Amino acid sequence: MAEQFEPKITAFVCNWCTYAGADLTGTSRIKYQSNVRVIRLPCTGRIDFMMVLKAFSRGSDGVIVSGCHPNDCHYTSGNYHARRRWMVFRDLCDFVGIDLERVTFSWVSAAEGAKWAELVNDTTNKVRALGPYKEIQQLAAVGID
Amino acid sequence: MSRVGVFICHCGENIAGTVDVAAVAKAALDMPGVVHAVDYKYMCSDPGQTMLKDAIVGKKLDGVVVAACSPRMHEPTFRRTAEEGGINAFQCEMANLREHCSWVHEKGEATTAKAIDLVRIQVEKTKRNHPLQPIRVPITKKALVLGGGIAGIQAALDIANTGSPVLLVEKSPSIGGHMSQLSETFPTLDCSQCILTPRMVEAARHPNITLYTYSELEKLDGFIGNFKATIRRKARKIDEKLCNGCGVCQQKCPVKKIPDEFNEGLSNRAAIYVPFPQAVPNKPVIDLANCTYYKNGKCKACEKLCPTKAIRFDQEDQIEVHDIGAVVLATGFKTMPTSNFSEYGYGKYKDVIDGMKFERLASASGPTGGAIKRPSDGKTPQTIVFIACAGSRDRLKGVPYCSKICCMYTAKHAMLYQHKVHGGQATVFYMDIRAAGKNYDEFVRRAVEEDGVKYVRGRVSRVYEDNGQLVVKGVDTLLDGEQVEIRADMVVLATAVQAQNDAEELAQRLHVSYDPYKFFAEAHPKLRPVETNTAGIFLAGTCQAPRDIPETVAQASGAAVKVAGLFSQPELTREPIIAVVDRQPPPVFSHCVGCFLCKSACPYQAIEEESIKNRNGDVLKVVAKVNPGLCQGCGTCVSTCRTKAIDLQGYSNEQVFAELMSI
Repeated sequence: MAEQFEPKITAFVCNWCTYAGADLTGTSRIKYQSNVRVIRLPCTGRIDFMMVLKAFSRGSDGVIVSGCHPNDCHYTSGNYHARRRWMVFRDLCDFVGIDLERVTFSWVSAAEGAKWAELVNDTTNKVRALGPYKEIQQLAAVGID
Repeated sequence: MSRVGVFICHCGENIAGTVDVAAVAKAALDMPGVVHAVDYKYMCSDPGQTMLKDAIVGKKLDGVVVAACSPRMHEPTFRRTAEEGGINAFQCEMANLREHCSWVHEKGEATTAKAIDLVRIQVEKTKRNHPLQPIRVPITKKALVLGGGIAGIQAALDIANTGSPVLLVEKSPSIGGHMSQLSETFPTLDCSQCILTPRMVEAARHPNITLYTYSELEKLDGFIGNFKATIRRKARKIDEKLCNGCGVCQQKCPVKKIPDEFNEGLSNRAAIYVPFPQAVPNKPVIDLANCTYYKNGKCKACEKLCPTKAIRFDQEDQIEVHDIGAVVLATGFKTMPTSNFSEYGYGKYKDVIDGMKFERLASASGPTGGAIKRPSDGKTPQTIVFIACAGSRDRLKGVPYCSKICCMYTAKHAMLYQHKVHGGQATVFYMDIRAAGKNYDEFVRRAVEEDGVKYVRGRVSRVYEDNGQLVVKGVDTLLDGEQVEIRADMVVLATAVQAQNDAEELAQRLHVSYDPYKFFAEAHPKLRPVETNTAGIFLAGTCQAPRDIPETVAQASGAAVKVAGLFSQPELTREPIIAVVDRQPPPVFSHCVGCFLCKSACPYQAIEEESIKNRNGDVLKVVAKVNPGLCQGCGTCVSTCRTKAIDLQGYSNEQVFAELMSI
């Protein structure tokens, strides 16, 4: 039997809620799958969705975007901007043919350690079932030795 | 080429028990730009930090990555150590091997591989770090206290006593707030005015306090240490310097039938009035809506009769701008209007009143001189019913939260009634008795055991009139839900505490967050209860949540200490994580094209427009500029910018994309 595919998941998280929530997962010793790599940003408002595209072209099979719940943003409204941009980005992805199943947008607060573990596990399982994101990776690798 | 050092912490067994730290160190040495990589048992210990400092010097490092616990835990520690080692503090980054790796994954190759990735991400970032200097901002050492109730008075006095000037702004004609209306206070039954009025006078006389009553904050610009407050001083139509508070004007004013706000409409006042005898300042104000002169151009009786010629009918509102370093919000509360309760018949029955009206009836300075008389006919009620939780803890018709003070003041009201009306009977309908506080439960027990107040656990479904008498229909849940009917002479509703009507609008003007019930939100519910999320704005009293007088005073003193702590610094330093708009040599000047999408995205109004001019003063280009004092570093502008002209120091596009390239 072939070895199980282990997807590469990149997570873009804000420093104040989700990063702190993931810290809480750690202090609570809740176990989750180790496929995720976290990119820490001050706020989801900082997430330029070019970053998501970059992550895919660099070989990520799935992406998580997570920040403070609406109304809880450390910077008052950064997450609202992120949400609005995400709505546009989502349609764009759909239009150009990026698999929306591979991008998860969520809110994880600094108190939701268990939710972070669940989010990572769910995303990892889903993307593992989808398999490697060959379509984009092969295109991105064209011409690179 | 960078010279990055990587320091991997075992954290005892916390990291080393799951992650093969030696393998991580070995892998780190192979990363481009890394010249030194070691693992050590406790990096945060004194020898660990010394090791880091020595390596910076010995290996000529220009950046360090400490792979240990969460940066939220020890980033300040290691940045300070890096600085002591001789490099810029912001050349130090942390890889989170503990909370994000060793504590959440099983021991194995995959976990070590993740640890190596986490280190590589930070190495790539660190290679692109630039030395940053903390931002220094001057502080105007003058505080603005908004609201002149007990919270505002206490905060103003405490700040003033530390030697800093305070501007105390109150919207009504006198300071004192709700506390000045109260009769006695729980749990000691000391008279509210007796303890409050000396404080009011002290605030007015304090050399460091400037008192602006009948004034409102129109606008607050700026940022911590450097606010500009625009204050409207409403025209009293009185020359306050000439007026000596003799009171002739209010006696002679022909308009006398205006419901008195201070007495909750239980008595009348004139169109020119001092809100209550102990008002501070003791200067009248003309009520423009009711003054005959402002209605039909005739009268001026007060002007003719004023012995000091202090009346000024032509006085206008004045707008003043003050430089302020910190703001304390102490804007207080309101109670839910009794008209909300159709089931309790308000609007129809004069003798169904709220707690505030009862305070005025029980107050020695009130319209009845402290005698409990019912508003409809002035008779002494022989049976009285108090209904607790009128609107509180009522998801359907009121508010879901507990108003906190009602259990106590209802016990106090019932007790005062029993003291004043001998032979009378007070009954309290309640859901739970929440008497947590020093001597509070003892107080409630005293009402029941010594003063004979009847407590019925249950809700009241209806209050109606029958043959000229009120009938209270309720249930006693301790008697198996038995129906109870009491014929009462008077009913008092303990109405819910709510945020002021203009709280939401004020919060938006000041950029302070608020909860779903429009109470101002604290920065952290446990550890930062008197701060708001807006630096330099603090909270005191019931504008944050329902609370009683001791808590309000404690919180006001807490807020005052925060202000004093701020003012004790010679200047402010902030993390230099802020956005910067690029500048280029002419003729480009900047990649910014002046679309100002960033300006509309910025939650802090930190983006300004800058005109680039030539020597003749002709405008060549209008570009965005970030005000470093206002910018909080969220980076929302950066992702909005389509020309990539704006970038965030510490989380630059280059850094983030390099991180992505490394995984």
